[in-house]
Amino acid sequence: MSTRNGLLKEFERVLGRDNVFYEETDLHAYSYDAAVVESCPPWLVVRPQSSEALGKAVHLCNENSVPLTVRGAGTNLSGGTIPKPGGIVILTNALDKILEINEEDLYAVVQPGVITAKFAAAVEAAGLFYPPDPGSQAVSTLGGNVAENAGGLRGLRYGVTRDYVMGLEFFDSNGELVKAGARTVKCVTGYNLGGLLVGSEGTLGVFSRIILKLIPMPVAKKAMMAVFPEVSMASETVSAIISNKIVPVTLEFMDNFTIRAVEEFSRAGLPVEAAAMLLIEVDGHPAQVEEDAAKVESICRRMGATRIHAAQDARERDKVWEARRSALSALSRLRPTTVLEDATVPRSKVPAMIRCIEEIARKFDLSIGTFGHAGDGNLHPTILTDRRDTGEWLRVEKAIDEIFEKALELGGTLSGEHGIGTSKSKYLEKETGRAAIVYSRRIKAALDPKNILNPGKIIGERVCTI
Amino acid sequence: MHDMKKLAALVKELEEQLVVCMRCGMCQAVCPVYTETGREADVARGKLALLDGLIQQIFKEPGGVHERLMRCLLCGSCAANCPSGVKVLDIFLKARAILVGYTGLHPANKIIFRGMLSHPRVFNSLVRAAGMFQGVFLKSADEFLGTSCGRFSFPLAHRHLKAFAPASFNTTIGRLNINGGSGLKAGFFVGCLIDKIYPNIGHAVLSSLKANGVGVFVPDEQGCCGIPALSSGDLLAFGKMVRYNLDLFSAGDFDFLVTACATCTSTIKKLWPMFAGDLSEAEKTRINELAEKTMDISQFLVEKTGLVTAASDGKNFDREKALISYHDPCHLKKSLGIEAQPRMLLGANSGYVLKEMSEADRCCGCGGSFNLKYYEISASIGRRKRDSILQSGCSTVATSCPACMLQISDMLSQAGEHIRVKHAVEIYADSLERDLDVDTH
Repeated sequence: MSTRNGLLKEFERVLGRDNVFYEETDLHAYSYDAAVVESCPPWLVVRPQSSEALGKAVHLCNENSVPLTVRGAGTNLSGGTIPKPGGIVILTNALDKILEINEEDLYAVVQPGVITAKFAAAVEAAGLFYPPDPGSQAVSTLGGNVAENAGGLRGLRYGVTRDYVMGLEFFDSNGELVKAGARTVKCVTGYNLGGLLVGSEGTLGVFSRIILKLIPMPVAKKAMMAVFPEVSMASETVSAIISNKIVPVTLEFMDNFTIRAVEEFSRAGLPVEAAAMLLIEVDGHPAQVEEDAAKVESICRRMGATRIHAAQDARERDKVWEARRSALSALSRLRPTTVLEDATVPRSKVPAMIRCIEEIARKFDLSIGTFGHAGDGNLHPTILTDRRDTGEWLRVEKAIDEIFEKALELGGTLSGEHGIGTSKSKYLEKETGRAAIVYSRRIKAALDPKNILNPGKIIGERVCTI
Repeated sequence: MHDMKKLAALVKELEEQLVVCMRCGMCQAVCPVYTETGREADVARGKLALLDGLIQQIFKEPGGVHERLMRCLLCGSCAANCPSGVKVLDIFLKARAILVGYTGLHPANKIIFRGMLSHPRVFNSLVRAAGMFQGVFLKSADEFLGTSCGRFSFPLAHRHLKAFAPASFNTTIGRLNINGGSGLKAGFFVGCLIDKIYPNIGHAVLSSLKANGVGVFVPDEQGCCGIPALSSGDLLAFGKMVRYNLDLFSAGDFDFLVTACATCTSTIKKLWPMFAGDLSEAEKTRINELAEKTMDISQFLVEKTGLVTAASDGKNFDREKALISYHDPCHLKKSLGIEAQPRMLLGANSGYVLKEMSEADRCCGCGGSFNLKYYEISASIGRRKRDSILQSGCSTVATSCPACMLQISDMLSQAGEHIRVKHAVEIYADSLERDLDVDTH
């Protein structure tokens, strides 16, 4: 075990002096992520330039019992990239190579720091499709997406990141390279280690390479917008569409509060008097797209939509999605602090969940705009507040507790796509029960005996010693 | 020993603007500096967090934050892409001024801003003298691009600079005050780079205005718009420069103030009213009025005149058209939303066909004094721009800012690429001159 100063020199020797940051300004700049939680500066930040250097950095941390937190773009919404005091932040943004896009076997091999949107564009240029599209895709990294099992707008039809991870190479807590999965569609060789690592929030290993499944690009798509005079009509339409055996790519919901905020912000001509709106897109073969679109339209009408507008061309389609994409921006401009939640319920419970959120907003006297992926039950109640107002912040915390409670009551889950991190770990037991946490802690203790891999995330601080 | 508590109180004035940042990190997608360095403290989110850190009194001394704050091109890409609408440039300029006010201005900056730039007559004669002697230090690097580099080794010697013009625009034309046939009259704010390095752009502005029947007022001994001082946090010198120019242009009677420099336009329009400092109410009103009627030359020609095209157009339809590409200066597109108008100027010259480059609105990396201080980062950003230009296959690249032209010329010249670098108004004025040629034959 070296002294701290000796260890710093060792990192500089292994990674190169330019790739080790320790000035107080740099440290402060890696003390936060996109979650509204307490920040914490690391002791050191390192930026490996190769997979080999990444492995060595992990090994050094383990040898010296220094906690490490891997960071891609730092867009985490649950505090997952906030380091431990005295710990190290390992940046992956220099490991940003797309190593292979295989058009014959429909897969790609990437380094963890590749930016999601850049990857999706490169895949599209090859005529293929990588569907997961988290809201932060313009900056988020694929390594972060896999570690968080990121979702996005297309989850309903195409699933989430997990559904596209065919294989992984990762460093274990001692810096040994472990290979999991394969480049084949089928693979039952050994434990499904990839399955364990996806969504493990950096607590079980450090990704070095990721093999991702690609699919053919759908030939046609059609977007539409339906306006409802009652929230319940919109949410019941969601269930009706799916029970009619139509699975749209995207089925998004916006409540009146969000519609008004977006209209105020973008002047796109949205119906500010509407109680709710659904934004729907279907894709596939052109004939099927036409048929599905017609069916969706008649279902919306039957369920009480007062206005339905189908985009006639790409420009109109962009306009529909622009409205949805600007929802968070528009809301966030209203107050200094924006708390974006992602409690998720079975989609038949969406109407009930929306009612609960409205009641909670009234009860705690808070502004909550709700939008989100209604098609997969993943809503984003967005609380607009000012963290500096301690009285109001207390009410916000109570409201969050209650939102989680209701989501669980309705058979839902704490987080659809933002992860548990530190911000939700205290609620975990309520959803999973004691045994699941003990089991997880045993896995963690066995695989990371010195508890250096992003400690404190998901399963909390205490790790049992088997 | 720094009194960080006092500094915290000063920075706290920015708190209401700082809390707007929700740390989403979307600025990482567009920041040219961050793209090169990958360091969070180089992107807006990081810098805003550092300013927040000053308020929380996290740092032992202010130097680190100040240094980070200066590593920024002020290109405004982050602000243009910010979901929550953080006024990044306002914050950064104010913060730089607070830090300079607190730690004091660097002695070199003091000489440049307070000794030279705020005394235009002194500055102009210094440049005239420098122009006479620059041959001693510089030799031609590329005749085609008109760039030079150092004759012997000194700092900056490896760059391919544009030398001072033999005679500045101002020296050549002196004071102008003439009326035009349209009844419309424009004041012309020349700006340092056009006056001293690219006088041809100034002449192109004059002939374009003349061709469209626009009268013109050009006071002589014009000053700097003040952006170098403001971006270095020297509010005192900035205020002096604003007041000097204000008085100079108050002498004329014109409908619009035009400039051919994207940075001057955006500084006059947006920063003069905001940062001019201790002025009387009457002066403030005059600044607001002047800012209100300030326009980029392309916007003025397209929106306020009929934009006459050369009568020879159509006569040379058999002439092969050259490919021209356009680079959007940050201070025009991101700051003022002007992108169509300069392209229309290019379209008015039938000798060219516009071929867009990829990421035409990506910053060229110049950033004024950023280029001097962080040349390596600036050059690596510039090389991306150079590659976009080359990939477009154009033989001429046009833009609307002389600072971008300097950077692009440096990058092309160092790579030995013979692509002409022109201002959009030069391309337009060329077509008018060709008309004269055709007429005389």
